[in-house]
Amino acid sequence: MTEKCKCQGLASSISEYLDGELPPELCAELEQHMSECENCSIVFNTMHKTIDLYRKPELNHPLPDDIKSRLYHRLHLDDYLVKKT
Amino acid sequence: MSEETLNNSAISLAALKAGDRTEFARLVDATSNHIYHLALKILRDPQDAEDVLQESYIKAMRALPEFEGRSSLSTWLYRIAVNEALMLLRKRRFSLVPVEEEADEDDEQPGMVLTDWVGLPEDELLSAESRQRLEAAVDTLPDTLRIVFMLRDMEGLSIKETAELLKLSETAVKTRLLRARLRLRNELSVYYGERFVEKSSE
Repeated sequence: MTEKCKCQGLASSISEYLDGELPPELCAELEQHMSECENCSIVFNTMHKTIDLYRKPELNHPLPDDIKSRLYHRLHLDDYLVKKT
Repeated sequence: MSEETLNNSAISLAALKAGDRTEFARLVDATSNHIYHLALKILRDPQDAEDVLQESYIKAMRALPEFEGRSSLSTWLYRIAVNEALMLLRKRRFSLVPVEEEADEDDEQPGMVLTDWVGLPEDELLSAESRQRLEAAVDTLPDTLRIVFMLRDMEGLSIKETAELLKLSETAVKTRLLRARLRLRNELSVYYGERFVEKSSE
């Protein structure tokens, strides 16, 4: 479902709200509005969840072995690479 | 970089400053994975990321005697790596021009996708396929938006820290962040929205 949200201008407030950067009086206003506007509440929830998903450390992969050994070699730490089992 | 990584292994700054190689090896061991993937995310090129990884530790090793410990060791190292990566990007004539000066193709924003998919189970939200989609979505952002999103939202830097590292105003950071978040939110809403609808109709 794609439609033009009537409150599109509020996206920037939602983003600032998530950063804790929205002034308190505007926070209260936004919270009040979201409790009445389903679209804005969806934008808030999904934007929050989007950021949350990208914060998950599982997105990190391990350091490839060849890169690790070249790094240790460059730093003259080869002996530490061998020692680590 | 997570402070726990370093705290758990209790790396001694005094030992590092004294040139203790074992301690330096422990620092590298605790942080290199993060530094490499950070550089890879910024540069999107494994060879460039590897260069940044190596250069960062070489710079850190040289700069250690002057490090006053005003920030944590991890933050300090992180900054060195981000700066190295950004320097390499600039060398490739990438410019961090303010978004306001760019041809503003974003002015005509697409309609918002309004499916509430947040109720999907976590294992579905973070399945292998979903993770690929997350990574691909961030990769399609223009560099100017991608790097701000990466530092602020993926790496957890504050708006102020992001602005300082990128030499941008906080307002410019917020503007880019909003654009990046809107694009990603829309993209994920299309992707997860389809799954959510399938699930609901099962």
